[in-house]
Amino acid sequence: MTDRTPGFATLAIHAGAQPDPTTGARATPIYQTTSFVFEDVDHAASLFGLQTFGNIYTRIGNPTNAVLEERVAALEGGTAGLAVASGHAAQVIVMHCLMRPGDEFIASKKLYGGSINQFNHAFKNFGWNVVWAEPDDIGTFERAVSPKTKAIFIESIANPGGVITDIAAVAQVAKTAGVPLIVDNTLATPYLCKPIEYGADIVVHSLTKFLGGHGNSIGGLIVDAGTFNWSREKRYPMLCEPRPEYHGIVLHETFGNFAFAIACRVLALRDIGPALSPFNAFLILTGIETLPLRIQRHCDNALAVAQWLAGHQKVAWVSYPGLPEDRYFKLARRYVPKGAGSVFTFGLKGGYDAGVKLVSSVKLFSHLANIGDTRSLIIHPASTTHRQLSDAQKIEAGAGPDVVRLAIGLEDKEDIIADLEQGLAA
Amino acid sequence: MDHDSYSDGYIRGILNTVKTIAMVGVSSNTSRPSYFAFKYLLERGYRMIPVNPSLAGQELLGQKAYARLADVPEPIDMVDIFRASQYAPAIVAEALALAPRPQVIWMQLGVRCDKAAHLAERNGLKVVMNRCPKIEYGRLSSEIAWMGVNTRTLTARRPRRLEGGIQRMALNRVTLAGGSTDAAMHAQSSEEAPDQTTRQDRP
Repeated sequence: MTDRTPGFATLAIHAGAQPDPTTGARATPIYQTTSFVFEDVDHAASLFGLQTFGNIYTRIGNPTNAVLEERVAALEGGTAGLAVASGHAAQVIVMHCLMRPGDEFIASKKLYGGSINQFNHAFKNFGWNVVWAEPDDIGTFERAVSPKTKAIFIESIANPGGVITDIAAVAQVAKTAGVPLIVDNTLATPYLCKPIEYGADIVVHSLTKFLGGHGNSIGGLIVDAGTFNWSREKRYPMLCEPRPEYHGIVLHETFGNFAFAIACRVLALRDIGPALSPFNAFLILTGIETLPLRIQRHCDNALAVAQWLAGHQKVAWVSYPGLPEDRYFKLARRYVPKGAGSVFTFGLKGGYDAGVKLVSSVKLFSHLANIGDTRSLIIHPASTTHRQLSDAQKIEAGAGPDVVRLAIGLEDKEDIIADLEQGLAA
Repeated sequence: MDHDSYSDGYIRGILNTVKTIAMVGVSSNTSRPSYFAFKYLLERGYRMIPVNPSLAGQELLGQKAYARLADVPEPIDMVDIFRASQYAPAIVAEALALAPRPQVIWMQLGVRCDKAAHLAERNGLKVVMNRCPKIEYGRLSSEIAWMGVNTRTLTARRPRRLEGGIQRMALNRVTLAGGSTDAAMHAQSSEEAPDQTTRQDRP
C-alpha cells in the first residue's frame, strides 16, 4: 500500500506547487504583499502562537516563498525548508539556531571564499568560533572536536577548486560527536548530489547560483533533513528548551522532525530579518523547473571544456574532478556520478599577466564574480576577488596568480571553446 | 499491517471518515503539543472531546471534559492517545469496551505500542501510530506547506478551501501520492456533497 515516489524531474516541476485554490492560476502566483489579514482575533492568536498553519507577515513566511521551500526540501529529500534573502543569510540563520557566544563549529578549509570571510570575521563578532579542518584529511575533523563543538560545516563540491568532500566520512565524525552536519550543496545541487543520503542533517543553498540558474535573483535556502535528535543532549536550547518568545513552547517536542526549519523561521528569520522577496522566489522557482536539464548540460559542457583545456599548450593544469587524472575523480564518481558540476579552475603557464590578458580578451565569457548562470562566466581571482591578499595567501586560497576560474554556461560547447581559443591566442 | 509507514490514502481515509475524536491525555496548558492539536482539529470541524482525569467536569475550548472514555456520553469515532506508549494497551482496552466501539485508534507522534495495535486490529479497528493528526491533516490538505514543510504530495488539481474561514484548506485534495480515497473521490464527483471534514453544506 505504499505510495509511488515521484522522480526528480517531476518533483522539480511540481513539488510545492498546485493550482491556486481561489483563481485556478496554474503558475505559482507572486504574492507581493507584506501582510495577510486575520479572520478574527482568535485566528491571529493561533497564528502568532504557532497553533495553526498560515501566513502572517512576509518576513516570517509568504505563500510564493513557501512553494520554493517545499520544492527544494522535496528535491533534497528533507522534511522542510526555509527560504531567505541569500546564501549568506541562510548560514547566519542556521548558526543562530545552533550557537551561543563562545561555542565552536568545525568547517572545511576548502570553502567558497565568501563563507571563509563570513566565518572568520562576522561570525567571530557573534562569538561563534570557527575551527578549520582539512577536507582531504578526515582526521583533522576528528581532532577538532571539543566540548564546545556545536556543528560541522562542509561543501559537497567546494568553490572554486572543484574539491569533492567525503560527506559520509565527515557525517560519521559528526554523528560520533553528537552534532549536526551542515552541507552547502550550492555547486552540486540535488540533481548531482543529495547530501542527506550521506548523513547531512542540514543542507544550505545559495539559490542565486544553479538552482535559480539564470543570474537574475539572489536567494538562500535551508533544508531540514529531520534526522537530528535535538533533545538528546540538551545542547540546543533553541530547539529543546521552552521558548520565552512563544509562551514556553518546546519546538522539537511540538514540531518533531521539522522543528529545525521551524526554529529557523520563527526564532531566527523572525528576529534577524533577511526575508526573501516573493518576486525573487518566483524567478528562482521558474529556474528550478528545468534544473535536471540545465545541470546535465552544464556538466557535459564543463567536461568538454576541461578536456580541451587540459590539452592546450598554454595551460599548466586543470582542476576539474570530472577528469580521470584529477585527484578528486574517485570521490566525484561516488558523490556526483552524473557530472562534477560546471565550476572549475585552471592555471596558465604565463602566470598573472596571462590571466589578466585572457579575461580581457574573451568575447562570449562574461567577466564577473558570479557562478551558475546560463551564460559562461570567467574571473581571474588574483586580480579581482583575492587582490588584497599576499601571493602566499592567494595560493593557500586556491587563487594563485596563474589561476583562472570558469563557470561554464549552457551555450554550444563549440562556441565556448572557440572563445577560449581566441582568448588564449590573443 | 505495516506500521512503519502509511499510505496517504489510508490516513486520508481515516481523517475523512471520523467526525468525533476523543483525545486521551490532552492538556489545558496552551503551550503543550496536545493543546495545539486539540485546538487545530476543533477549528477544522471535528467534534473534539477532552479526556483527562485532571480536567474532568471542566471545559477545554468550550468542550466538556471527561475523566475516562467510559464517561463520554456519545459515540466516539476515533480515540487519539496523547499518553506514553506504556499506557496504550489499557486505553485500547477501554476503547474496546465502549458501545458502539470507535473505528480508529490513533497514537500520537512518539507513541507506539505494537501490542495495543494488535489488540485493536484483532477487533476490527484501524490503527495509526507515531503520527500527529494535526500534521497529517496539514500535510494532506497542504496547509502545512505554508510553513515550508514537505507535504510529500503532488497534484495538478485545484485544492479546495475549507468554508468558514481564511487560510483553511479542505482535506479532499486529490494528489498523486495516494489521494484517491473513496471519500475524496466522492467529494470530487459531486460538487453538492457535504464537505466531509466540516460537515457543513457548501454554499
